[in-house]
Amino acid sequence: MSTQATTETKPTPPPIETVKIKVDGREFDVPKMTPDWQGKLQPTTMLQACQVAGIDVPHYCYHPKLPIAGNCRMCLVEFGTPAMGPDRKPVLNPDGTPKIIKSVLPYEPSSPRGAIACASPISPGMELYPSSEATKQMREGILESLLINHPLDCPICDQAGECKLQEYSVDYGKSASRFVEEKVHKPKQVDLGPRIMLDDERCILCTRCIRFTKDIVGDDKLGIVNRGSYNTIASYPGTKFENNYTLNTVDICPVGALTSKDFRFKMRVWFLKETKSLCTSCGTGCNTIIGSRENVMYRYEPRENDAVNSTWMCDYGRLNYKWINREDRLTQVQGSKLKVQTWANAIQYISEILLRAAAGSVAIVASARQTNEELYLLKKLAAKFNAITDSVPRVGEGDRLLLDPDRNPNSTGSRLIGIAPEKMGSSLPKIADGIRGGSIKTLIVFGEDVTKHGITAELLSQLEHLIVSDILPSATTAAAHYFLPGCAHVEKRGSFVNVKGRVQRFMQALQPKGDARPEWEFLHELVINVTGQNGFVSIEGLFNEMAKEVPAFHGVTWAGLGDAGVTVQI
Amino acid sequence: MIVQRKKLSLLERLYLPALAGGFKVTWRHFANTLFKGHTAGKELSGGYYPEKKWVVGEGYRGAPYLVRDPEGRTKCVSCQLCEFVCPPKAIKITPPGPQGSPEVGNVEKAPQEFEINMLRCIFCGFCQEVCPEEAIFLQNDYSLNAESREELIYNKEKLLSLGGVHQDKIWKWKNK
Repeated sequence: MSTQATTETKPTPPPIETVKIKVDGREFDVPKMTPDWQGKLQPTTMLQACQVAGIDVPHYCYHPKLPIAGNCRMCLVEFGTPAMGPDRKPVLNPDGTPKIIKSVLPYEPSSPRGAIACASPISPGMELYPSSEATKQMREGILESLLINHPLDCPICDQAGECKLQEYSVDYGKSASRFVEEKVHKPKQVDLGPRIMLDDERCILCTRCIRFTKDIVGDDKLGIVNRGSYNTIASYPGTKFENNYTLNTVDICPVGALTSKDFRFKMRVWFLKETKSLCTSCGTGCNTIIGSRENVMYRYEPRENDAVNSTWMCDYGRLNYKWINREDRLTQVQGSKLKVQTWANAIQYISEILLRAAAGSVAIVASARQTNEELYLLKKLAAKFNAITDSVPRVGEGDRLLLDPDRNPNSTGSRLIGIAPEKMGSSLPKIADGIRGGSIKTLIVFGEDVTKHGITAELLSQLEHLIVSDILPSATTAAAHYFLPGCAHVEKRGSFVNVKGRVQRFMQALQPKGDARPEWEFLHELVINVTGQNGFVSIEGLFNEMAKEVPAFHGVTWAGLGDAGVTVQI
Repeated sequence: MIVQRKKLSLLERLYLPALAGGFKVTWRHFANTLFKGHTAGKELSGGYYPEKKWVVGEGYRGAPYLVRDPEGRTKCVSCQLCEFVCPPKAIKITPPGPQGSPEVGNVEKAPQEFEINMLRCIFCGFCQEVCPEEAIFLQNDYSLNAESREELIYNKEKLLSLGGVHQDKIWKWKNK
């Protein structure tokens, strides 16, 4: 195990070859080559050059992580190139500057001819005019065409508020429609797959969804059928669009054509508070944004992190949030041996039990769904008693994209901190034997139902003290002598280490329910009471303390994690 | 700024003609009451409220209610713009969720619940102005009474029954 944390391990890049161009009259040095959607270097496009210059070019079909189609025409930009003489030397103006020939229509030289910025490479000396009057008129024209058959669905459309068609119409469109004919009506509420609803009238045929499912997922299921104004997106006849990544098409759809059946008609997006978080459904640790309002979580969305999940996440992880709002969440301090069911009382009782406990008489079953900070505090407790510790492995089927076979979000952290042995779960039989033999008298369980993993309810009844913390009821929580209600990851802060050793942090979106408290808070109190060591009362301080003591995390700080995380050697 | 005083004419400076003018109004009212039987109770405003209710003028902004279209459908599609724009946060809408009501067809998104807290409402009319569906109107009720605070939180059913029917000319959802 290395003692140095490293950030991205990239070889030092060679000096970048640049091209001089002018954007809106200002000169810029733009890299000659830019990575495309697969990371391969390709000639820089006019759109990327404008981004370097800090100017947004509106676009629908272009997506930085998808192959370029160039079909929406929204990114049309007026441009000019230096004139070349017969000797292939630039023609100069009388004042010595190179003569620029603006691109014009061949049959109508008075009209400027734009180029689609997403697919047109730049050349030396080129001038781009993304803010010119001609460019503005081109955008207006394109938007007018796109809106011809677009229904006035905004009040009932889930995309409203994050719709590129709405945004660009306000920014670049005309205020009134000149269209007086009858609009073409296309199918609405088409059941495209188990999680996707399609509204063909809203579609602007940018083909982002088609390219995503073909080129990213490799499930070439979608296409365009019919002709002209009747163009519609459809799945291959007789099949459903149902791979594990379908909901990403909802994110990349610039309009409200593809909507999520799960999020449909639940909440308007402008009410949602966005919190940076992580997906906890597998070891990949996709970066997410939680949308919540008034302490209710409504959806997950992927957050861009090229080191982990690009801009995608799987449907399985995205829809795995409903347990957070479940009615039967355990939110009260309770337990059969607890007379006064308050936090102060419970912490005092448990502290006394642990202070009296002999070395070797305590075992801890932690969860690999817990944060590094919580596992670290549990490890501190375990060190005091020389306790056997383990976590419960969770394995499913993985795929080649994002879904990892390890369904625990923090297996790596659990191993690095020393809670779980190299083969997670291999110490569980030892704990069961210890209880059976009577050497283990106190069992601490966090977030797992141990009755399903070899420590039966009968064995639990032989314990002198069973201390449990969990979120949802199980056979273990029912048997608990002391029960401490914990928090879902959305209700606290913390960090996970994904299967590739990426340490990432997540933020709090919701307030804990009822009496529940973040586990690290009360574990911290227990550690102070039992070991006498003082610690940090903030998650930042706790993480930094852990980073000093756990070798794998040396050099990492909470602040240094940032939004994208840091890779450590595992 | 210095205001230039108007120079008073001789008649105005005399003061007595203005006094006489004032008496003329007083005596006119006195005579009207005595001989023609005009009383304040018969006038439209400023009269014996609450026995005699005030009749509001056109365009008055009273309590906001939901309306139905001539076919009896709830016009509101729970776009929640009124909830968003409402300055005192008096409106609370529960959208229908993924399983919409089957009888409203495939386009409407009628709210599952729509509550206006009339104690919070300031009758500003933003909800009516922002509504893209012409589903909420400030109507004529200006005096809302109840025995508890809960009674003044009007739910969807109550708002619709008070709101009545809007004679819609557009029929936006008819052919969808």
